[in-house]
Amino acid sequence: MYKVKVFITLRESVLDPQGTAVQQSLHSMTYNEVKDVRIGKYLELAIEKSDRDVDQLVKEMCERLLANTVIEDYRYEIEEVITQ
Amino acid sequence: MKFAVIVFPGSNCDSDMYHAIKDELGEEAEFVWHTEDSLDGYDGILLPGGFSYGDYLRSGAIARFSNVTSEVIKAAEAGKPVLGVCNGFQVLLEAGLLPGAMRRNKDLKFICRPANLKVENNETMFTNAYEQGEVISVPIAHGEGNYYCDEKTLEELKQNNQIVFSYHGENPNGSLEDIAGITNKSGNVLGMMPHPERAVDSLLGSADGLKLFQSIVKSWRGSHVVTA
Repeated sequence: MYKVKVFITLRESVLDPQGTAVQQSLHSMTYNEVKDVRIGKYLELAIEKSDRDVDQLVKEMCERLLANTVIEDYRYEIEEVITQ
Repeated sequence: MKFAVIVFPGSNCDSDMYHAIKDELGEEAEFVWHTEDSLDGYDGILLPGGFSYGDYLRSGAIARFSNVTSEVIKAAEAGKPVLGVCNGFQVLLEAGLLPGAMRRNKDLKFICRPANLKVENNETMFTNAYEQGEVISVPIAHGEGNYYCDEKTLEELKQNNQIVFSYHGENPNGSLEDIAGITNKSGNVLGMMPHPERAVDSLLGSADGLKLFQSIVKSWRGSHVVTA
């Protein structure tokens, strides 16, 4: 079994209005050190071992459904877990 | 002319669309559930607004993999008129039938009010009943209508006259170049955020949207001459 963590954020070139609003709020709380806030999505997938390559599978899922690569970037971490 | 009104779980402008076609335009319309795997026999495909699949993940992302969406893609490739309004537009973007993507509105608010649109191209099967440059009033109702595409795509949209409607006077959502509606390259797929089906009778505040549907019928009749 694999535990996969997928992180999706808006691409650098795309303005993130939610992130901007949160940054402004942090500034008004005097956290002026904050220079950028990007809001994204976090997904956890549990994937069963099969004869298909897990890295390839996750990449495909990200490209086809989980992220919209027109405006979003993604990265993922794959961890093998031993099930009891 | 017979229209299919596609219904996903969470669509909520399907009845308005049906009413516009049936009662105001006077053409045939049928609801088509998202599980259907054929759109044979329909001359035009309408994807209504709403919140398909609760807008989970991204607006339109899950609907893109519905049975019926594969058929919508086939119909588009066959040259049938395909109109996506609001969430329908988002589904067309996710399905890759139209270029670009939607971001949250720049002020993060759901906006529901009439908007002035300018007809940027009246030589499409969706706009031939309008004057070039005509300004019309059509309601908008969305939280994610902030259209985005990269510079290369924008250049192509302009070159091929694919920008059909733009917001006039004020841009409500921050969309690139004030874009409110675009077609695909061959001109038979239109996606727009404003709701023409909510502007088909002056009792509703505006009848400016009716000409869009009349345009589709006019263009269809032109290419399907009825033989006696």
